[in-house]
This record gives sequence, structure tokens and C-alpha cells, in this order.
Amino acid sequence: MSDTVLVRFTVNGQSRQGHCEPRKLLVDFLREDLGLTGTHVGCEHGICGACTILFNGEAARSCLMFAVQADGAELGTVEGLMSDGKLHPLQEAFHEHHALQCGFCTPGMLLAALDLLRTNPDPTETEIREGLASVLCRCTGYQGIVKAVAAAAGTLRDAAETAPALLRRHPPP
Amino acid sequence: MDRGTPRALIGAPIRRVEDHRLLTGRGRYVADLVLPGMLHAAFLRSLHAHARILSVHRAAAQALAGVAAIATWDDLRDHARPIRAASRMTGYHATDFPPLAADKARYVGEAIAVVAADSRYAAEDAVDRIGVDYEPLEPVVDPRTAMDDRGPLLHEAIGTNVLLTRAFSQGDVDTAFGGPAVVVGDRFCFHRHAAVAIENRACLADYEPGSGLLTLWSSTQVPGMIREALAEILEIPAHCIRVVAPDVGGGFGMKSALYPEEVTLCALSRRLGRPVKWVGDRREDLMTSTQAWDEQIEAELAVNPDGTIRGLRAKVIADVGAYSVYPWTASIEVIQVISFLPGPYRVPHYRGEAWGVATNKAPMGPYRGVGRPVSTFVMEALLDRAARRLGMDPVAMRRANLIQPEQIPYRSPSGIVWDSANFAETLERACQVAGYETLRADQRRDPSARRLTGVGVATYVELTGVGSAIPASPGADIATGTEGATVRVDPAGTVTAAFGLACHGQGHETSLAQVVAQELGVHLADVRVIHGDTGAGPPGSGTYASRSAVIGGGAAILASRAVREKALLIAAHRLEADVRDLELAGGVASVRGAPDRSLSLREIARCAYGGVKRLPKGMEPGLESTRFYDPYVGTASSATHIALVEVDLDLCSVTVRRYVVVEDCGRLINPMIVEGQAIGGVAQGLGAALLEEIVYDGGGQLLT
Repeated sequence: MSDTVLVRFTVNGQSRQGHCEPRKLLVDFLREDLGLTGTHVGCEHGICGACTILFNGEAARSCLMFAVQADGAELGTVEGLMSDGKLHPLQEAFHEHHALQCGFCTPGMLLAALDLLRTNPDPTETEIREGLASVLCRCTGYQGIVKAVAAAAGTLRDAAETAPALLRRHPPP
Repeated sequence: MDRGTPRALIGAPIRRVEDHRLLTGRGRYVADLVLPGMLHAAFLRSLHAHARILSVHRAAAQALAGVAAIATWDDLRDHARPIRAASRMTGYHATDFPPLAADKARYVGEAIAVVAADSRYAAEDAVDRIGVDYEPLEPVVDPRTAMDDRGPLLHEAIGTNVLLTRAFSQGDVDTAFGGPAVVVGDRFCFHRHAAVAIENRACLADYEPGSGLLTLWSSTQVPGMIREALAEILEIPAHCIRVVAPDVGGGFGMKSALYPEEVTLCALSRRLGRPVKWVGDRREDLMTSTQAWDEQIEAELAVNPDGTIRGLRAKVIADVGAYSVYPWTASIEVIQVISFLPGPYRVPHYRGEAWGVATNKAPMGPYRGVGRPVSTFVMEALLDRAARRLGMDPVAMRRANLIQPEQIPYRSPSGIVWDSANFAETLERACQVAGYETLRADQRRDPSARRLTGVGVATYVELTGVGSAIPASPGADIATGTEGATVRVDPAGTVTAAFGLACHGQGHETSLAQVVAQELGVHLADVRVIHGDTGAGPPGSGTYASRSAVIGGGAAILASRAVREKALLIAAHRLEADVRDLELAGGVASVRGAPDRSLSLREIARCAYGGVKRLPKGMEPGLESTRFYDPYVGTASSATHIALVEVDLDLCSVTVRRYVVVEDCGRLINPMIVEGQAIGGVAQGLGAALLEEIVYDGGGQLLT
């Protein structure tokens, strides 16, 4: 079991690499080998969504993938959401609308929301609820989250003309 | 950051200071912590609900690369005692809960052995290679069968499966059920439930052989209690133990018990002289975290023809699982059911009887509300049945029975004192907000429809911020009625407020900072709240039973006022002013009407630590205070909920159309946080009512 393989990918715009066992889960590689502990593990079988990251621009469960499957991919995690020392509009909206309590689901929720808003920049409340149904929150009852995503959608649409990078594949190069 | 206007902080919906780290992936949960030389633990868990453990074969596992140690109870028994939730309560039997099963396993998932290895992967490989010879025993899964004790016993040494019997009574209940009484009754079952915090339980133990210090980081709600328990169980002086609850990903009561993994990891780290971390997976969490409810209630209500209550009697059987958990005991849920059952109503005659019965399931523990959800459901359902029988409107039925403001303080039949409340006010307001009369009219409009609507009304009262008059765990030798706060102004003029309580989503770093900043007269940004670390705060137990805002907030007020008084005395001395002419606001002490005569808190702090020459005669240097608060009786918190629910008769689907909560919270520290708690609670309650259940089969296997 100690045979390791080289894994190389881009995460939050930076090239990273490491050696790991072929069976190592991507989320464990991110957390343990790269120190990116913002991505959380809640169930390890794809139910809770706490481990959601962006994989080549799309939301994906990092607990259901091996690190080797990410070789050559472009990944985004919660640590890459801020830019120029400022919170991303989604992060700002979560703060403003009390969309988090214990914070454990929050990173996965943010990335699922980012994916949603990229594919649907002007979602209805129902579409937001459907789009985020892949991530479970036990504290908030989701109301603040739905409000926050709706508010962030507005901010991002307003900003799209001046800062189109926010809605493009994350992170900006 | 919002620096806040002094004096307006309490009651303001301040955005939370803890958000930034949690939103940017910089929170620090136990799973995120790494120490040099750290080992990773995995547990071998019982496959059987009830089985004697004949032998454990570890050679194949020990031979794997990366495995540092494998331990069973035989390896640890000289280093740790079984967990035992003692209580002076009569009719209660404590159980011995060895952190690793001693001779038999009593529920599926009970830990039998632990492996510590270089990685979690290696540890799990080793667990797979450990062989166990079991002698399966007949499992006990139905509490009614378990009660008669003719079948298998879980704890032979106790001699019965009934771990608890208790009754409350007032008046002459059986007479109240005679004469003109109209009697309604039913049998209610509450399913077995799980809290399912999104963060699984986790802990990291680090025993330093050089200093003899033990540090345990744990996803716990009760670091203070865990520290006290570990000192006894491990026979390590408590002052050599530090328990830290870092960021914790939800608790809901489930993380307020001492768990076998916490004890095992401490004992293992002590034996190995290395830090050992365990992060539970979801399966372990479902199998081994404390479960909730699982109660069968037979209850009857006797009313007069005008709807007023004559008497109430109930028998409650709780399936408490295999062990009585520390510190709450097997009584924690079921006693609170009979304690809270009369609710906010005048019940002159009452008898509530409770049994806590051991079965081969995961232990039962406190879960959000503890006793209140079950007691409220039963009482409100009885009132609805009585209203239907008498042809009364359910709201009118409640109006006729609510304790009136002039009867406050009111001593309930179980001895709880409702200190300040106006129950009718929440009921009337909720009816008004929901448009109750219109809802009822709409409901009657089309009785032939295939979609029917139901209007549910519930009014309840609960005891929160429980002080020392009524222990949160009856008879247990733990202090649950007090909390402390240390408020310190350092020489730089910034404020640290340290608490013994812990936080797992409630936003204490914000709400308690609001209290301290306002009481002290400084900007919010100048206050940092520390919690969840027995090495940093005053003695305290933790956060459970809706207590932290009341008890922690009370201690914060006392300590902040003491610091403020001293700061003003120093300022008066330096400014050569009368202290009565001084005010402290925005971090500056100034003479009223002469703002140019002022001293910043930083300057005051410099004097405070600068020594006697700069202080009033006889004043001791320093600028901090530690104060404790005991609300004694506790505070009544009451609410009315109204739900509009639609049922599709063809699909049997249930849709919640509207949900109204009117809650008497007392003074709100941060309305945004309070609202978040209420909404989150309703969502969790809807999940419990409509979607969730922990299911065991007849052999005690967990199917969920």
C-alpha cells in the first residue's frame, strides 16, 4: 500500500504537487498534503456536500474522487474565493444574511452556490433551493443561505460589466 | 468591521465576528489540527448488538507497516476507569461504560479495540485485520420486553434493565378524573432520533511525558465537564489537564456527553507519549453518538365541560440504549418529559411516571430541547383532542387554561417556577400574525377537496438558563447552575473576555462581545471573546440547555461592570475629578460636560499596570475582573407556533405552507442571531417530524 504516485494540479490558480497512495481521496490530499483544510469532510459518501470543490469549473464532491483523478485538473477551494484581500460577493452576502452558524457546511455551500450562479446568474428562489440541495446544513434552516445567494446573484450581475472575472472560471489566472 | 455605537450594542443585529474565518476556510475544527509526531486512530467496533467478546486477535494487524499500537480494554484498564454517570437520584442505577468494551459489547458500534497508526488509512487497514471471537447473546431491543427482566440483562451486575424510575405528582389526580370529568387520552410514540451535526465527532489527545500535561482538543460542547471527568477517570490531577473545544461544527446536545473515544485517546496518548487524533466518520457518528427520544407515552387529560383542565396523568417509557451517559445519566430526556408535560397551563392535579429502560442500542442522550419537544407534542395533542370532544376551538381551549400573568411566579406541578412570562400574549400575537380566524375559515371552505389543510397550534414554556436551584441533571455531582467570565483590559487598552462556556454555531464571540463592549463602554472591535478552552477561561462547564446567553451573559455583565468601576476610579484620580462626574464611552473616560478632560482606556490601563504611584491610594494594580453568575431558578422562555400544513390525499404528501413563531425571549442581545436559532430550530423540528428516524431491526442492527 505504500507505493505512491505523483499528482499535479492547479488549485486556486497555483500549481501544486505531491506524492500519495493511489487510493487517497482528493479531499484528504487537499487537506493533509496541501494543508487546505477549508474543504471539510462530513460523510465520505457524497451525501452532505461539505467537501464540495470546483473541479475544472464545476462543483464536485472531493470525497468521491481519488487525488490521482485530479491530475492535471484545475481546482477551486474556499481558500481561493477572496481576491485582493476582499471577500467574494457570495462570502459577503453569507455574512450579511447570517447564512452560517457553525460554519462546517459553509465552504461546500459557497462553492455549490458559485457553480449555480455561473450556470444560472439570475435564479429564482426555487432554483436556488434546488441548486443547493446537494449541500446539507443542520444549523440555519437554509433561509439565510437562500437569501444570501439571491443577494449575491444581484451583486454579481451588477458587477459583471465591471469585473467579469468574478463569474468566469475561478480563480482568475 | 462595524465598530458599533456604544450603548446601542445590546439589541443590535451586529454581523458576526466569527464569520470571516469560517467563510474563508480558516476555521479550525479538530480534524484540521496537526501536531508533530501525531498518530491517527481508528476503532474496531462491535458487529453485534449483544455479544460476549471471547478473544481479540491482533498479530496480523500489528504486523502492518505504520501501526504504532493496538489496544483493547485489557491494555488500558490500568490507566483508565469505566465511565460512570453517578447520581444521588433515587430509583436510578449507574452503568459502567468502559471506553473499550470489557467483556461484552452491548450495542452495534461499541468500540472494542483501537489502532494508532501513521495515517488514518493505515489505521483502518489494521482494524480490518483484527479478528474478534464473539459469543452472540440474545439482544434486547424492545423496551417493554426489556422491562420485565425475564429475558436477557444488559448489565448483570445491576440485576435489571430498568435504569430509572421516577414520578412527580401533585394533588389527587385520580379523583380529578372522576365525576363530571371529560377524559381524553392516547398512546404516543416518539421515534428514535439522531442529532447528525454536519461535523462528526473528533478528538485529539496530547500527553506530554516531560511535563505530565494532557491536552484534549475535542468537538465537545462541554470542555469544563470533560476536564473534570478525565481527571477522575485517568487519575490525573485536573490542573494538569486542558480541554479545548476549537471551532465545533454543530452540537445540538449530542456533543455534550463524555464519549469513550475521548477517554481512549487520552489513555493511549499517555501510554505512547505521542499525540493521537481520531476523526469519526459518518457511519461511526450514526452508530455511536448519543441518540434521542424513543419514548412511548400513555397520557390522559381530564377537563371540565367548560374546557378547563382538571387533571393530567402520564406514563412514559424511554428506551435509553445500552449505557447511562456521563454526566447526564439515562434520566436526562425522560425526566424532563414528565417535568415539562403540564406546560404553560394550570394543571391542578398531576401525576407523571417515567421509566428509563436499557436496550442493545446506542446510548440515549440530550438532544435539542431535551424533553420539551415530546412533552409539548403530547400536551398539545391532548388539548386538541379535548377541544374536539367538547366542540371547542383549539385556541379557545388553550386560552381557557393558560397560566395568567397575575399567577406568575407560578410553581408547576413538577416544581419548576415560571418566573416571568405572559403566555397568552404569544398565543394572541401568533394568531394575529398567522391570521388564525381566516385560516380556519379557509379550511372549512371546500371539505370535498383532495388537498386538505390543517392548522396546528402549540404553546409551550421551557426553562432556560437553568441556575443552581434546579440541576440540569438531577442528582448528578456536576455544577450546571453557574458560569464565569474574566474581563481583562491589557496594558494596550484592548479587552479580552474569557468564558468557560463553548460555542458550536451560536455566535457567542459576537453576542457576548456586544454585552462586554456595552457594559464596559468600549468599541465592539476592542473586545475579543475567548471560549471553549479550560486553560484560558474561568471554571465553567460548557454550552448546553440554552444557558450561555443567560448565564455567560450575566457573568459578562458583572465582570464588565467591575472593570468599568475600577477604570473610572483610576480616571477620576488622574483627572482630579469626582468619579460621579465621569462617563466611559467609546473607550474614553471623560468628565461630563467637559470632554477635553478625558483619558482613554489605554491610558487608564497604563496607570492600572504602572503601579501604586499612578493609582488612587490603596488600590491594587491591574485591570481585570472574574465574576460568576447564578440565575438560581433560571428563566422561562415561552412561545406559540402555528403551522399551516397541506396534505394531498392522493399522494399522501405533506407540504408546510406557513409557519409562524412568536417567542418571548426576554431581552434580545442580537436579534439576527436569535432569529437564526429559531428558524434553524423549526427546520430541524420539521425534519424530525416528517423526514428523519433512526431505525434498528429486531436483532439490534442499525438500519439507518
